[in-house]
Order: sequence, then structure tokens, then C-alpha cells
Amino acid sequence: MTDLTRKTAAELAELMTSGQASSVEVTQAHLDRIAAVDGDVHAFLHVDSEGALAQAKAVDAKRAAGEQLAPLAGVPLALKDVLTQEGVPTTAGSKILEGWKPPYDSTVVKRLKAAGIVILGKTNMDEFAMGSSTENSAYGTTHNPWDLGRIPGGSGGGSSAAIAAYEAPLAIGTDTGGSIRQPGAFTGTVGVKPTYGGTSRYGLIALASSLDTPGPCARTTLDAALLHEAIAGYDPMDSTSINQDVPPVVAAARNGDVAGLRIGVVKELGGEGYQPGVEARFHEAVELLTKLGAEVVEVSCPHFEYALPAYYLILPSEASSNLAKFDAMRYGLRVGDDGENSAERVTSLSREAGFGAEVKRRIILGTHALSSGYYDAYYGQAQKVRTLIARDFANAYEQVDVLVSPATPTTAFPIGDRINDPIAMYKNDLCTIPSNLAGNAAASFPCGLADEDGLPVGFHVMAPVLRDDLCYQVGAALESALADQWGGVLMTKAPELGVTR
Amino acid sequence: MTAAVLEIDDALATYDPVLGLEVHVELNTRSKMFCGCPTEFGAPPNTQTCPVCLGLPGALPVVNARAVESAIKIGLALNCEIAEWCRFARKNYFYPDMPKNFQTSQYDEPIAYNGWTEVVVDGETYRIEIERAHMEEDTGKSTHIGGATGRIHGASHSLVDYNRAGIPLIEIVTKTIEVPGEKAAAVARAYVSMLRDLLFSLGVSDVRMDQGSLRCDANVSLKPSGSTTLGTRTETKNVNSFRSVERAVTYEITRQAAVLSSGGKVLQETRHWHEDTGITTSGREKSDADDYRYFPEPDLVPVAPSREWVEEVRATLPEAPSLRRARLQQEWGFTDLEMRDVVNGNALEPIVATVELGVTAAAAKKWWLGELARAANESGQELDALGVGAAEVAEVQKLVDEGTLNDKLARQVFEGLLAGEGTPAEIIEKRGLALVSDDSALIAAIERAIAANPDVVEKVNSGKPAAAGALIGAVMKDMRGQADAAKVRQLLNEKLGI
Repeated sequence: MTDLTRKTAAELAELMTSGQASSVEVTQAHLDRIAAVDGDVHAFLHVDSEGALAQAKAVDAKRAAGEQLAPLAGVPLALKDVLTQEGVPTTAGSKILEGWKPPYDSTVVKRLKAAGIVILGKTNMDEFAMGSSTENSAYGTTHNPWDLGRIPGGSGGGSSAAIAAYEAPLAIGTDTGGSIRQPGAFTGTVGVKPTYGGTSRYGLIALASSLDTPGPCARTTLDAALLHEAIAGYDPMDSTSINQDVPPVVAAARNGDVAGLRIGVVKELGGEGYQPGVEARFHEAVELLTKLGAEVVEVSCPHFEYALPAYYLILPSEASSNLAKFDAMRYGLRVGDDGENSAERVTSLSREAGFGAEVKRRIILGTHALSSGYYDAYYGQAQKVRTLIARDFANAYEQVDVLVSPATPTTAFPIGDRINDPIAMYKNDLCTIPSNLAGNAAASFPCGLADEDGLPVGFHVMAPVLRDDLCYQVGAALESALADQWGGVLMTKAPELGVTR
Repeated sequence: MTAAVLEIDDALATYDPVLGLEVHVELNTRSKMFCGCPTEFGAPPNTQTCPVCLGLPGALPVVNARAVESAIKIGLALNCEIAEWCRFARKNYFYPDMPKNFQTSQYDEPIAYNGWTEVVVDGETYRIEIERAHMEEDTGKSTHIGGATGRIHGASHSLVDYNRAGIPLIEIVTKTIEVPGEKAAAVARAYVSMLRDLLFSLGVSDVRMDQGSLRCDANVSLKPSGSTTLGTRTETKNVNSFRSVERAVTYEITRQAAVLSSGGKVLQETRHWHEDTGITTSGREKSDADDYRYFPEPDLVPVAPSREWVEEVRATLPEAPSLRRARLQQEWGFTDLEMRDVVNGNALEPIVATVELGVTAAAAKKWWLGELARAANESGQELDALGVGAAEVAEVQKLVDEGTLNDKLARQVFEGLLAGEGTPAEIIEKRGLALVSDDSALIAAIERAIAANPDVVEKVNSGKPAAAGALIGAVMKDMRGQADAAKVRQLLNEKLGI
């Protein structure tokens, strides 16, 4: 049999349904691949071989018994380490949670398990999802499978790298300001930020509650849609969850017809500061969509230029409050507990040792932005900007069905390049942040390689709330048109990784 | 531990007290404010918890609709406006027994606001303006081990029970209350007591001050008599009985007056109330700079009670306790003093129940207040813990009405009831208490009385019928009380030909 790790999730599901492969075989193949390449990639923080094989075995048994199974039953998946999985270490990339085994499953994990999807392990990420490079992980950087000297993006670098390195066909990420889409763009994979409230946050260790959105990572549009469908939908455990039907994402991913679709190119997301190779691929993709019958116009979203500063006030404000619970009282790291220190002192010492520099920076920023006397000037003002950005979107969607832009201004940058320049790092999320502020659906699809560095470029599609299907429709059209050009999906252009062990 | 205080009269001669009362009410919902955990009091520590109320990473709150309904009830009963749209906020501060290190509370958008209520003190009605009633969650409970006082100071370690964490609380905040100084403490007590009755009648809380389901923080400040400028206030936390509310307010008035009249400054601080010594001591210094960094709780969608729902809730409200009391007083024909005795004796509800069984209000009051409340008082018990109910009282009164018992015998039946000797019928049987209704036995006794008291008979015959009372007394004594006095009088009159 050909290498099972090169198959898409849809193909693997088909092989298992037709009895040509078992979930145990598929899972073992991916575990072997992880063992072979993850030494170089470092996509995983924890590999749960035993648990994964047990899940795979259970799926195989159900299939053998003739049970009706969900579409992705038996397919393996990599889980971002920010979602709780009962009994499996969950750290959110932080030392402060080292060794913590949650006593409960997040809703996303519950749904994955219910769908028979096999969880291989937990993937690396920037600490508490703060970062755009996965260099802020307390457990070391993840390397981009396209070029091991480069970052894979962040914060979900581990999840995107895992699928780009063929360690898993599917992964779960979380997107607060682009943490699924930006690493998706950097690794030549598909990354989708569903509508806020379309996927449950229950069990997602919060970065910024009003922005965080779990979503799928995959190598193809269809795979992402299948995973999207498996995890999405109303959850009574999450007050902000939307009690409406999941948009028909799988149908849209299979359809991919953009004839007559009105596509708006956001004027403000391009030009100065954008890498020429990124812009070139983006415009070619727009051309391609025009040829497929889409109607393309330029639209203006004038307040997008304030999205970045607004985001970097709202996010740290919420984060400073969300991270207050890490006080060394009941779980995680505890420093100075020798009977001599007060509770407050133990908390301080534990936080000092347990939080990384970026986390501390944002806690201080957020604490300041919320403090009395500054609230109106910072947090209050940022919330007003947020309203204006949502209005920009609403106005734009009166003219067009979807909005598009490059997913990132540049391709993946070298490890260490921006780690000491937070502002430069933050700017990488320019295109993705507005969708989080407005709660819209958005996704990044591979659209080619930049001429300068041969690295993947992401095509960013934004759609109104609960019109996630429109993103998939555009992604599917683009994917199939480009596959005709390239003779397959972009990932097939990626260099082979050296098998190290 | 004693601090210099002025006599209350001296204090009030120079200063006007201003009050502000914050009452925390634990709701009696079956599940917590933001999760499905049970709320039973006294369960073993940390057995009623889940990821949500433990604040575990990733867990999210969901608002308990029953708690919102209770909040609306309380708001309506306090004549508040009910917000059409309100939000929770996060109040960020650190405390080891607060799982998330922020309390999910309401800040500038409470569910109920701008209300009023009234209390009566010594026949005088005082109007109390309500600033707001808002929803929040309770914290866990710390127990400090190893110290002498049970406080954190001197303790070797602390234990935390999170069973209470997340229990729904309503905080009811008054506007500043300015009443004539000498009434200030009594009004504070009356207000908390009134709230207890109101909340009990609404059925939204167990209102047990001893279990902490009703807790009062009393803000007190003084201003020089006649001045309009408010003084610096102190906040005495968690005062846990009506009497203590009154004592704590009085103490703070006299303490602050002493500080001010000696040229000192009152510190803005929280203070602890000491039940045993009757004083307050300094707690945490609290300034306006306390920064809770409030912001709208992003994990919860806003609460927007529909007007239809609010009206439905309004329609279910019971009669306000003060109105009900006024109505009952009128129906029963009690004087103000009588009614106050009934209320203070906690006998209102038993009397209502007894009257509902067909007994007159006067008779019900006689037994509950005269006989049973006294017994409860003597044994240091609550009235409802005596084991005597409205049904027993009604049965005894029925026997009196039928002529089987007189009041004196009835008292003995109550004695038996209190001693657990069985039903009234069984007690009458066992103790041989029924009235003698056999005329021949009575006539024999009358004849004995006449024979033994010729001088009395002489007086009666000489035109002084009132003297016959002595003969009746002699007969009753002869019958050991087990005779119907009216019957004896009737037979005696026949005998003497009056």
C-alpha cells in the first residue's frame, strides 16, 4: 500500500470504509511518521500513542460490527495543546501548566471522540496562544516543514506544521487574531477560522474570550470542511455559542463553483509592506477566480487600519483577566511552597517562574489598559473601533459576497528574525485580525509559492457570520484551478523531510 | 481591645449618622449561578464542584435562568426598575478562595435599580431608597488552621472549600440613609429584618443569617449636626444577626464620634464585627483607589429579560409582608402593640395557620403567644421546633369550645404536648383531664360547699349575689378544676334560687 500519511483525510476515510485499511494501520503509520520526522519539526508536545491506538482499535471494532460511523471515523488528528483532553497533559505551551492533566474534555474533543476521530497528541503553540511564530512556546520552537530554518507561524504553528509534515492529515487550531490562518499560509495548508460562536470554546484555555475560535487545519479544502462539520454547532456549555444550524461547509467544499459570486478585494490590505511575491500570487489567484466567473471589485474598509491597535488593547485586557486564575493554588506549577511564604508570595513566585516574557508583557499591557482612569482611553476606545470595523464589514457585504486579501503580508520568516521586535511580529496579523474583531468567518488557502523565497503564500477569504460555506466555496474553486496548474495540491511541492530516526 | 467611645447620646448630640446598607442574599436555587453543581448547605468540602465553579482552565460559565428570575422577583418586590438589557462584568482581584481570581458580578449595568421600600420603627414609617440589586457569584470558604482566633493571622495553613464558590448571590445596596440619629441603628436593624421577611415570602432564599445566606455590610459615617457634607465611612463586614446590625451601627457611631471629637480622622476601611465583645476592629484599609479593573464579561452574552417575562414574574409576587401584616391586623382586630408582640414572638405564621383551621385570632394568639412562645423562650428553642403545630392548637381549642376542657385544663394538655405525651385526646385520657359533666356529681359538690359556707349563703340570701363566687370557687376546688364553671354557676343559682 502507498504511504498512508500522504493521503488526505477524505481518502483515508474512503480506504477505511471500503476495508482497504484499518484505523489502527492508519494511526500507526502516522505515529511512525511522527517518530521519524518530529525530531526535526517539533510539532508535538505530547504524543499519545497508546491512547490513539486504543481509539483506533475501538473504531475498527465498531466498523467490524457494522455500526454506522461518522464520515471521519478512524482518521487521526493533531490537537493544539490549548484544548483540554481528559487525562492527557495540556499546557497551552506554558511552564505554568507543565504536567497538568485536565479532568474533563473540551467540547471540541468530545465531538472529535464522538465522531471517532483519533487524537494522536497535543501540538506545540506560542504560550497561551500569544505569538505569530511559535517561538514563544515554553517548550521550544516548531520548525516549518518547508524550510526548517523558518518559523511555521503562530500561535498554532505545531498544528499546521504537523499536517504539513504529514504527521497527521488533520489538526485542530484556535484562532484569536489569525493563529489558524497565518500558520496555514506559512505552511501551505488550509486553515479556517469559523464564525465566532460557531465552534464551542468550552475547554479552550482562554486567551481572549471575545476573539478565540477553534477551527480546522488540513491539507485540502474538503478535509477542512469535513473536520469543521465534525466539531461545529451549538453548545449549551458555551454562552456565546450560536444556536443555529451549521452552515453547509462540506457541500460548499465539494461544489467550488464561484460563477456569479461577488468577490471584494480589500483595498486597505495590500500594497506597502507586503512582500512582492505574496502580492503577485494573491493577484494571480484573484485573476483565476475572475476567469472562473466570479465578479471581482475593489472595496474599502477604512477602519481596518485601526484593527491592529484595537486588537492589541482588547486581547491583553481580556488575557490579563483570563490568566489571573493561574495562581498556583490548585493546579500547575507551584514555587516557594515551603511554609515560609504567604499565599500571595507563592502566587508571585510561581507566575514569575511559569510565565514567559510575551505573556508577562501582555498581562502588564492589559492590566494597565483596564485600570481605572485608563479604561475609557484604551479598552473603551478599542471597543468603539471594533464596532466601526464590524460596520466596515457590514457595508462591504452589501456590495460583495466575500472579501479577499493576502493572508499575511510576508511568507514565513527565519527563526529568531522578529522575536525581539514585538511590533514587527504583531504586524504579521494585519490581514487576519479584522475578522476576529467582527466575529466573521475567514479562511486561508494555499495559492502558490513566492518567487523570492519559494515559500507558500496564503489566500485569505472572509465571509459574513455563519456564511463559512462561502469561504469553502472560494477555497475549493481556487484549489481545483491551481491543482490543474500544479498537477496536485500545493503541498506536493514541499521538500521531503529527512527521516531522522 | 477596647477603643475609646462616646456615649451614644453625646455622639448624637454632635453628629448626624449616615448609613448605607449592603445586603448579600444567597439564593436557594438548586444549582449554582454559572454551572449545574448542587448548592446544598453543609455538604462535605469540595464535593459540589465542577470545572466551571473551580475555574479550571478552559471552563466557561452559563447563566442560571432561575437565578435571574429570583433577581427579578427581588427587584420587583423592592419597587425597582428591571433592566431591559444588562450585562455581567468581571471584578478582578486576588483571593485564594476565589477560583478565577475575578468575580463574575454586575457593575454599571445591574438587573434592578432605583427602588424603594419602607420600614416601621416604633410606629414611625421610614422610606429606604434602593440604589440597585445586582447578581453575582459567591466565593469559596477558607478555614484557617493553627491560629488561636480562627483568623488568618497566626494560622499555620488554610483549607479552602469551593462548595460555596459560584452559589448565586444578590447584592442589595441602599442609597444613603439619613434618619434621625437616635433611630439610625434601629432603622438599620428593621431594614435587614424587613428584608429577611420579604425574601422569605418571595421564596428565593433560605435567609439564614447563621448559615451566611443573608449577610449585611453596614456603612456608617458621621457628619457634624446640620452639615450636608458626608464624612468618611467605614464598612463593617458580614454582620450576622439583626441584633448585631443594631449593635454594630451603634458602636460605629460612638467610635467615630470619639475619633472625631478628639480631633482625629476616621479612616476609610473595612471593619470586623466581634459578636462577643460588641466592638468593631480595623480590617483592610480601603480607599477609592481600589482598582477592580471591571470590564464586561466576554464569556457571557447579555441578559435581556423580556417585558412579558417580567410581568409574568410580577404576577406571581406574593402580597408584600408589610401589607399582609396590616391586612391581618385589621382582620384579626389586634392593636398595634398586640401585633408587634405577635411579630416579635415569631408567632405570625403559626397564628395564620391556626386561624385557617377555624380558630379565632384571639384564641390562636392566646395559645401561641401566651403558652407556646413562653415555653419556647424558657427552653431556648424556636417556636417551630417545639413539636406543636397549628393542628394541635386547633384541636385543643375545639375541645374548649365544646366544653370538654377549660383554659386551665387546656394548659395542662399543652404541657403534655410539649412533653411529647401524645395527642390531645391521649393526654386527656392519661392525665384524666376532661371536665365532669355529670350533674349529680356537681350538685353533690354544691351541696357540700353550701354546707361548709353558711356565712356566704347568708350574704347571697341577703341580696349580694356576687358573693356566690366564693361558693363557685369552693366547688371548683372540690372538683379539682375539672368542672365547667358556667355549669356550676347555673346549678348553684338554681339551688340558691337566685
